[in-house]
Amino acid sequence: MSTTTTERGTGRPARQRGDVVFAGVAKGAGVLILLALAGVTFFLTFEGIPGLTGDDSVYSGKDGFLSYVWPLVYGTVLAALIALLIATPLAIGVALVTSHYAPARLARPVAYTIDLLAAIPSVVYGLWGINFLAPRLVPGYQFLQEHVSWLPFFAGPTATTGRTILTAGIVLAVMILPIITAISREVFLQTPKLHEEAALALGATRWEMIRTAVFPHARSGIVSAVMLGLGRALGETMAVAMVLSATGVVTFNLISSVNPSTIAANIALQFPESSGERVNVLIATGLVLFVVTFAVNFAARSIVARGQIKG
Amino acid sequence: MTDQLTTTESPSLDSEPPVQLTVPLSHPRLPRWAPLAALAFSVAAAGVLGILLGWGLVAIASFATVLNVVAITGWSRAVENARAAKDRLMTALVWTSFAIALVPLLSLTWTVLAKGLPQLTGEFFTGTMRNVIGEGGGIQHAIVGTLLITLGAAVISVPVGLMTAVYLVEYGGDSRLARWLTFLVDVMTGIPSIVAGLFAYALFQLIFGPGIRMGFGGSIALSLLMIPVVVRSCEEMLRLVPADLREASYALGVPKWRTILRVVIPTSLAGIVTGVTLAVARVAGETAPLLIIAGKTDSVSWNLFSDAPMMTLPVFTYYSYTQPGIPASFGQERAWGAALVLILIVMALNLLARYVGARFSPKKAR
Repeated sequence: MSTTTTERGTGRPARQRGDVVFAGVAKGAGVLILLALAGVTFFLTFEGIPGLTGDDSVYSGKDGFLSYVWPLVYGTVLAALIALLIATPLAIGVALVTSHYAPARLARPVAYTIDLLAAIPSVVYGLWGINFLAPRLVPGYQFLQEHVSWLPFFAGPTATTGRTILTAGIVLAVMILPIITAISREVFLQTPKLHEEAALALGATRWEMIRTAVFPHARSGIVSAVMLGLGRALGETMAVAMVLSATGVVTFNLISSVNPSTIAANIALQFPESSGERVNVLIATGLVLFVVTFAVNFAARSIVARGQIKG
Repeated sequence: MTDQLTTTESPSLDSEPPVQLTVPLSHPRLPRWAPLAALAFSVAAAGVLGILLGWGLVAIASFATVLNVVAITGWSRAVENARAAKDRLMTALVWTSFAIALVPLLSLTWTVLAKGLPQLTGEFFTGTMRNVIGEGGGIQHAIVGTLLITLGAAVISVPVGLMTAVYLVEYGGDSRLARWLTFLVDVMTGIPSIVAGLFAYALFQLIFGPGIRMGFGGSIALSLLMIPVVVRSCEEMLRLVPADLREASYALGVPKWRTILRVVIPTSLAGIVTGVTLAVARVAGETAPLLIIAGKTDSVSWNLFSDAPMMTLPVFTYYSYTQPGIPASFGQERAWGAALVLILIVMALNLLARYVGARFSPKKAR
């Protein structure tokens, strides 16, 4: 039972009591992580359920949980979509710079610089957004209102502070840019060299090589990168809470001072001053956010995992 | 796909008169300095036009960007051919996207430095906000809180994360648990930080009663965000350890657990330290969970486990800006100072991680 012996033929080292304990501890740590994940679901559900069927007074003027959470879900998705629309083309461009365009000597520092964007705390993005970015966007919004106000998105009237959902979307775009860039860059770099050289040898220009060799290879990677960015944008809290001047309406208007809030920002703004059933309502909205982001991340990682098995 | 690659240069080779047999093998090309020339021209033109018409800096920069893309494409179209022009267009767009991505980084760094640097006085680091109205005050309580809560999170996350990585690399193999664990750890990296805060609150509310605020709750919330990052980086590093080293150790009769502790982990230690430092840097700047479970206070609290709120740097920044007090300017100035200190801490951790990774990592054996 102790010391050496037995399993010599299997190619494994001798098995000791210490071995059993150590393996058990390692496995226990893994199981603990799974338990923590289950715990998140359990405790949020447990504390959130009383918030689903509360008195009308706890829903700040709305009748029932659904009509309370619906504008928040709308705002969350809207802000995330704006962020994706802005960030995705930029991120693919930046990823191409670091994988195919920049000289080899520059590529690493460039990639590192973009990674720095991910290291900046979200509260600093919030400060920057509300103090620096928002006032500077107001002239742009006024221009949009004057010239394209026939589009429902730019109907105005322009918010004089610039704290609109479009501003929030722009800040979110900056925040999710690094993650989309990092993953796209990785899949771009994995393109088989032979495919690229074959395309170039056939006389393709660099762009034609990228379109015919790199993009088809990287498609699933880009999709999952965008979905991971989406998950990040859906759950981002502080930047939105600080930048957005929210009133909890559902509107297509992107540049007015009347904006839908997002789930995460709403929790951050309301929670410190809440007690009793209001807390349960907020936890229930948090559960909704958790389920949505979990589903998005789950799907994104599944695509990544499938891609790895394939090739 | 192949049709996009075929050239359209010699479609009428056989219909040409027999006298002219030479097909040009080279096409006129723009000189190597063409993109730079186009850029210089665009910047100069936009600058002159902007100054004449009295535009702002943003308008000039936008116009120069558009003009640059149009100029290089048009020039290429005139001298080269349509395909080359498209290539030039995409090259210009790709570099433009990179330039746009740099704008927020530069402007953010500049703003925080310009507004934060004047705040960094001695009093700012040694004082607290206790009984401070208006000018003065400091962030000592917030720095203490951030250090303690982050330390608590690291103490929880590192053993759990490292042991999980050991399980995945050394024991798990291809078992169902290992595969699910790998997958769910990846999914966990995407948990919104505010959900982690709500989880810690829901858990502590059951134990300590409603309205609980506690520093250790912040540690729990942060460790939920930190563990997946630690697992990922440790797993990667442990996999890099060559199998030869393990087998050499086994051959000497060393049991597996001692091999892991004495050979595998020490070999990959530099990488593990790098990964853990990056994970700490990531959670040190988290605001939302601490806003919920750690709360806010004006005085120093050294006890993670006391049933009282604990201030942290991100939360301090948030409240100083959004609830600055009566002369709003002082509170907002403190917010910028705290933001700068926070960025400095996070950047220092990042640089330290890179340094450790580059300096102490074992040279590639393969």
